[in-house]
Amino acid sequence: MNLELILFLILTLVAAFSSVMVITRKNPILSAVYLILNFFALAGIYLLLNAQFLSVVQVIVYAGAIMILFLFVIMLINTENEASILADKKPIKVFAIFIAVLVFAQIAYLIFYSNPAELSNGTIENLIKAGQIESIGRELYTTYILPFLIAGYLLLVATIGAIILAKKKFE
Amino acid sequence: MPQNSQEILLMLPHVVIGVGIVISLLIEMYSKKSETILPWISLFVFVFAGVHSIINISANQILFGGMLEVGGKPAIFNFIFNIGAALLILNSIDYIKKYESNHGEYYILIQSAILGMMVMAGSKDIFMIFIGLELMSIAFYVLAGINKKKSSSNEAALKYFLLGAFATGFIVYGIALIYGVSSTTSVDSIIQNFSTFTQNILFIVGLLLFIIGFSFKIAAFPFHMWVPDVYQGSATTVTGLMSTTGKTAAFSVLLIILSASLINYNIDIFAPYFAVIATLSMLYGSIVAIAQKNLKRMLAYSSISHAGYMAIGLAAANSEAFSGIIFYLAAYTFMNIGAFGIISIIEKQNDANTDLTAYAGLASKSPILAAFMSLFMFALAGIPPLAGFFGKYYVFISAIEADLTWLAVVGVFSSVISVYFYLRLVVYMYFKESEKDIDLHIDKYSLLSVVVSGILVIYFGISPDSLLNLILSVVN
Repeated sequence: MNLELILFLILTLVAAFSSVMVITRKNPILSAVYLILNFFALAGIYLLLNAQFLSVVQVIVYAGAIMILFLFVIMLINTENEASILADKKPIKVFAIFIAVLVFAQIAYLIFYSNPAELSNGTIENLIKAGQIESIGRELYTTYILPFLIAGYLLLVATIGAIILAKKKFE
Repeated sequence: MPQNSQEILLMLPHVVIGVGIVISLLIEMYSKKSETILPWISLFVFVFAGVHSIINISANQILFGGMLEVGGKPAIFNFIFNIGAALLILNSIDYIKKYESNHGEYYILIQSAILGMMVMAGSKDIFMIFIGLELMSIAFYVLAGINKKKSSSNEAALKYFLLGAFATGFIVYGIALIYGVSSTTSVDSIIQNFSTFTQNILFIVGLLLFIIGFSFKIAAFPFHMWVPDVYQGSATTVTGLMSTTGKTAAFSVLLIILSASLINYNIDIFAPYFAVIATLSMLYGSIVAIAQKNLKRMLAYSSISHAGYMAIGLAAANSEAFSGIIFYLAAYTFMNIGAFGIISIIEKQNDANTDLTAYAGLASKSPILAAFMSLFMFALAGIPPLAGFFGKYYVFISAIEADLTWLAVVGVFSSVISVYFYLRLVVYMYFKESEKDIDLHIDKYSLLSVVVSGILVIYFGISPDSLLNLILSVVN
């Protein structure tokens, strides 16, 4: 067994364990903490697949920004009676199971029955290169410069909107 | 990047609006009188972009290495967006004071929304579609809730945001599946290999999710739940913008994606889907609108049924249908903006005077407003020789050519139902005595906007060929 395989096994075990813990904990804070663990394990798996950029983004965006959002929501809603909220909501559970089965079936179909799409830029080396920050930066400033600029406007509008909706009163 | 001055010239509408947003932001920051300056800057930007697009319609080019198409079909859409927005800006000058939201950000957000629509209409890459859609939607979410003191406005913003986010989820999931199968985001290469990709079930599911997401945005039945509350709760000018240009932008994306079935003519997998939502939207919108007493709510249901008529064209999916839809969108935009313009003139503080009863006896108080309102109602009902009639006519003809005669019959039937509630307003204005005394203040800029919309509706109705030939020259 080489190091890569051992690391992979550890990371997948951590990821699987933490995702089970997320949905079985009664305390939402604990669920959130296990979710962070899950995100870090996933970031490690991305790193093993040579997708450094994806791995960094996973930590910054998911474990950083999105977790803060989750924690804010947990803080704002009343967490004491959350057990009773879910207890009498059978339809939500059925719906969640339905979505989970659907996503699982889709991924299983992709892995076992569908030929992965022919990749436009062939070899493994090219693919590894494509996941590196340097080549992503180059693509972003050449091929995708226009979406990049428009995304700047998107952020500007989101900022203006947040200020309008959050500011107490104008002038 | 644009390689030469010719390409920069063709990009000017986007550049001018982009620069306009930044300049407006600076004026808003440093000037005390920004509320009086910004409408005119926005107006200049929109009129320039609209006129520039229509002048350079024959210069069809793809810029940024297959990202943005300028001239051609996008130019027609840019004309609709920008002239529509310019007319609504004229209305807003007076209205937004009544609505107690007179601050410069309103105009900045409208410019951003229009930039997003122009990006959507010209996109040649799925990334561009998505980023343009988000730019437009986020500006609209904020515009819907721009008056924080009104609970109706807050409700509209929240509902629009939640359902819009839901629709975005569908669209992103669809894009992920499309990319997973095709491993490209370029619309052109997807269309070229369309028949190969359709053998993969995941590609079909992805496209279906994508189209369902946009069915929310065009406000078709069963994805219409947000429409009545959002249209009623938002500021009337914002509703005018959302219901016309917003719908046009969503349709422009559907046309980009569905041109695949035009090119590979025999592959028309989504015709049943569009036939079903067209039938349901037309009948639901027309029948439920009869029960509405509030004019903005009535126009919201009418907007659902108009989405149905246009979806007939998507089901037919031949080149007549596509040009018919574009004509319909142009006609619908100007007649609806005119109608919302008149509502915004008559509306008073706190949503007063938006009910049908407020319009009783309008003909004796303001003959000109009553005449124009009747004009827009006749146009929306599809009575010749106004623009609305030819929009419906071209779409129905395309359905008959595509062997979907039953769909055209349902469309005619639904139009007959809709005549009832459009003409009821005319009856109220001309044949009923007003119960309460309403003091009418007609702002001159708002009136100008209504008159221009009216002239456009009459012009497109009397000489539909002028617009249709322009559209046909770019569709083929």
